[in-house]
Amino acid sequence: MNPSFIKPPLFIVCLAPLAWYAWGVQADTLGANPIEAVTRGLGTWALNFLLITLTVTPLRKYSGWAWLGRLRRMLGLFVFFYATLHLTTYLWFDQFFDWPAIAKDILKRPFITVGMITFALLVPLAATSNAFAIRKLGGRRWQELHRSVYLIGLLAVLHYSWMVKADLSKPLVYALMVGVLLGLRVWWRLQERNRQLAGAYLPKPRGRIISIAVKK
Amino acid sequence: MLIRHPDDIAPSDITPRALFDRRREFLRLSAGAALAGVLPAAEAKLGPGRASVLSSTEAPTPLKHVTGYNNYYEFGTDKEDPARTAHALRVRPWTVSIEGLVKQPKTLGIEDILKLAPLEERIYRLRCVEGWSMVIPWLGFPVSSLLKQVEPLGSAKYVEFITAVQPETMPGVRSRVLDWPYVEGLRLDEAMHPLAIIAVGLYGDVLPNQNGAPLRLVVPWKYGFKSGKSIVRIRLTDSEPRTSWMKSAPHEYGFYSNVNPEVDHPRWSQASERRIGEFSKRKTLMFNGYAEQVSQLYTGMDLRKQF
Repeated sequence: MNPSFIKPPLFIVCLAPLAWYAWGVQADTLGANPIEAVTRGLGTWALNFLLITLTVTPLRKYSGWAWLGRLRRMLGLFVFFYATLHLTTYLWFDQFFDWPAIAKDILKRPFITVGMITFALLVPLAATSNAFAIRKLGGRRWQELHRSVYLIGLLAVLHYSWMVKADLSKPLVYALMVGVLLGLRVWWRLQERNRQLAGAYLPKPRGRIISIAVKK
Repeated sequence: MLIRHPDDIAPSDITPRALFDRRREFLRLSAGAALAGVLPAAEAKLGPGRASVLSSTEAPTPLKHVTGYNNYYEFGTDKEDPARTAHALRVRPWTVSIEGLVKQPKTLGIEDILKLAPLEERIYRLRCVEGWSMVIPWLGFPVSSLLKQVEPLGSAKYVEFITAVQPETMPGVRSRVLDWPYVEGLRLDEAMHPLAIIAVGLYGDVLPNQNGAPLRLVVPWKYGFKSGKSIVRIRLTDSEPRTSWMKSAPHEYGFYSNVNPEVDHPRWSQASERRIGEFSKRKTLMFNGYAEQVSQLYTGMDLRKQF
């Protein structure tokens, strides 16, 4: 499968949630509190895209479809796209760009603090999501930097669960999914370590092995 | 993009004003007929109710939002859940037992409660602890009219409101989101305040199930959750009732829960609110704008500590 066939339609599909909310605002189908619906909806979609992005690698590994890996960057950038819109709705419709109030809010409210940290961690990942940055940083350092996506996943779920009033069922579902996707990585690491300890990567001896018998 | 759609109602379909006004007369007559047993009571509207000086002059929030955006966790924790699921609530037969520190404990049927006092229209602001607000034209009577029926004893200091649990009609009570039944409480002098009402209707009609049918408390100077829905038991006590939200998160929800822009919820600010239907936020007013009427109930109290 050639990813260049999939990317354009997938790009359109990824914009569907935004289109849905934009249409909902126009047609007044988002209920009594459309601003809250949009703010929360965009946050939920940032988290959804984060889960989708984190699913790419396991899916590629177990399906053998190597081309899936080529979609990861675009999906990851949609995490940043929806997170940026989510943050914008907060700054605009919730705070009306009252910067002193926003600063106070960030310092005082743990769930806002965590949300801001999460967004701040997304910025360098989005900024280095190009071939130039990979070349400049070197593959190894680039990969180390991008491992912060796991922390982002945990913080995003924490941000969500600290926002809800009493019913933690939805944040718990997200926590479970992030847990499975992160747990997989831990499991792979352990397997890899065991392989290394078992000497799977030691150089094979060259030539023939000759047994030497010792006469008594 | 602006999507235009044709008007739903043709001008010719709109009832002329004169006829519309006579409709009320007709309703009054039919209500009388219903009481006389000519028509089934269910067809009678409750309203419009006597106007009250305690009503706000602000524009009421549209009915579809008042009945479509509700916190009634017994029917689900999403705001749209109650409108979808609360139709199942059984509201007849319905009795309310009033007990505890009273001279005359009583169990009243809803039919008697509806006749207890003349119904008044009370247009009140409602401020939710979550930071949104509405203006709702309630139909009801003062809580004091109900409590007078049982003659509270001098030792009674608090009133506990216990609400219905119908596991077969309430999907939410199967989860342990809150401790069921939902319990709320007031100090007796708060309950006796003329602003505190028992609502049995809104917008001139019978209270919709998702708004707490057949009767609920409305205490407009406190956060919305203090106004318990679908009440079945009222208990007068000498000690402060432990409410469901206090049990759920004691550091977040206090017994008083008066609307107060200066005392934040530990996780969010209470300084402003979004009126449903409005784009900008407005400043939240002390006691939800009822300070003039109720602040004397709290003289000498530290409202930061007794939140």
